[in-house]
Amino acid sequence: MSWVWVLILAGSLGVAAATGRVGELPGAIAESAGRAVAMSIGLAGVLALWLGLMKVAERAGLVGALGRLARPLLRRLFPDVPADSPAMGAVVMNISANMLGLGNAATPFGIKAMEELEKANPHPGTATDAQALFCALNTASVQLVPASVIALRAAAGARQPADILGATLLASACAAATAVAAAKLLRRLYPPPGPAAPREVDGA
Amino acid sequence: MLRAALESASAWAVPLLVAGIPLYGIARKVKVYPAFLEGARDGLLVALRIVPPLVAIFVALGMLRASGALAALAALAAPLTDRLGIPASVLPMVVVRPLSGGAALGVVGDVLRSEGPESRAGYLVSVMAGSTETTFYVLAVYFGAVGVSRYRQALPAGLLADAAGFAASVIVVRALFG
Repeated sequence: MSWVWVLILAGSLGVAAATGRVGELPGAIAESAGRAVAMSIGLAGVLALWLGLMKVAERAGLVGALGRLARPLLRRLFPDVPADSPAMGAVVMNISANMLGLGNAATPFGIKAMEELEKANPHPGTATDAQALFCALNTASVQLVPASVIALRAAAGARQPADILGATLLASACAAATAVAAAKLLRRLYPPPGPAAPREVDGA
Repeated sequence: MLRAALESASAWAVPLLVAGIPLYGIARKVKVYPAFLEGARDGLLVALRIVPPLVAIFVALGMLRASGALAALAALAAPLTDRLGIPASVLPMVVVRPLSGGAALGVVGDVLRSEGPESRAGYLVSVMAGSTETTFYVLAVYFGAVGVSRYRQALPAGLLADAAGFAASVIVVRALFG
């Protein structure tokens, strides 16, 4: 990620210099930094709410039950994660919330899944195969009703603003299948750092 | 009909979960209130933990947009997308989608207004926006929350998924809407 980040930063400066837009950068930089903080403050309330409910569900045995229910599918997607890991329940809740278009709930569930997967990470700071696959799956939006797009179409005067539902579902299924296949196939190109030393802290 | 059913399912889902989970918990003799507070406190810590990665990503993308590099990328891609039958007005979507959700919806609104929601471009931007996600934001939040900075195959896989979503959108829109 360091390389991608530096490439974007330096590349942008280069293009701005070439097109005489350097003057616009300071404002954009300050505004973006502020927006990042505003975004996480906006998320703080729903994160607290849903992770609170999640803790209740976990203690009541609900999360584990969900994970067991979806085990046949999840075992194929995440072969290195033990079937009884609480991560699997969180993964199921994240995917269901995404499909229903409950982005607000999906994010906290997804973060919970990442935290549970991180507990079994032999190289903290570096993604595990399961984490990479889970995130890639989340970057492909599997949503039954893309509400914001439908709202925009309605606002633009579409006669049937939701007539894109079927097409969207087909296209997102392709995206999700590609995410899974790519995460599985590309795994070998990105080997984890060396053999798993007995829990050394990896200063990245 | 399907849409109405799905929409009322969305409306019911949140209140049902908010009330139903504690109800189920108390039936299973869980000390519901302290459990909720404990989880909610973790939630606040997560919100704090994702600030640094979000600042890093947003600043980089803000520079990318303000410098005109994003527009330059779109211009570079133009000959390729021409051949694939993607209208020029849809091009900004392809470049912007993985980087910024707000900007992507901006492109959708723009194209819908200028070319109409029932135009080929209108259908294409709608399906593209609905079938893909803001890859960089998703990765920053999820990996940031657990302090992972080496994403390994997740970034290329996420970008490939976007590309597949776009390609599928072109094919599906051509098949369904002409």
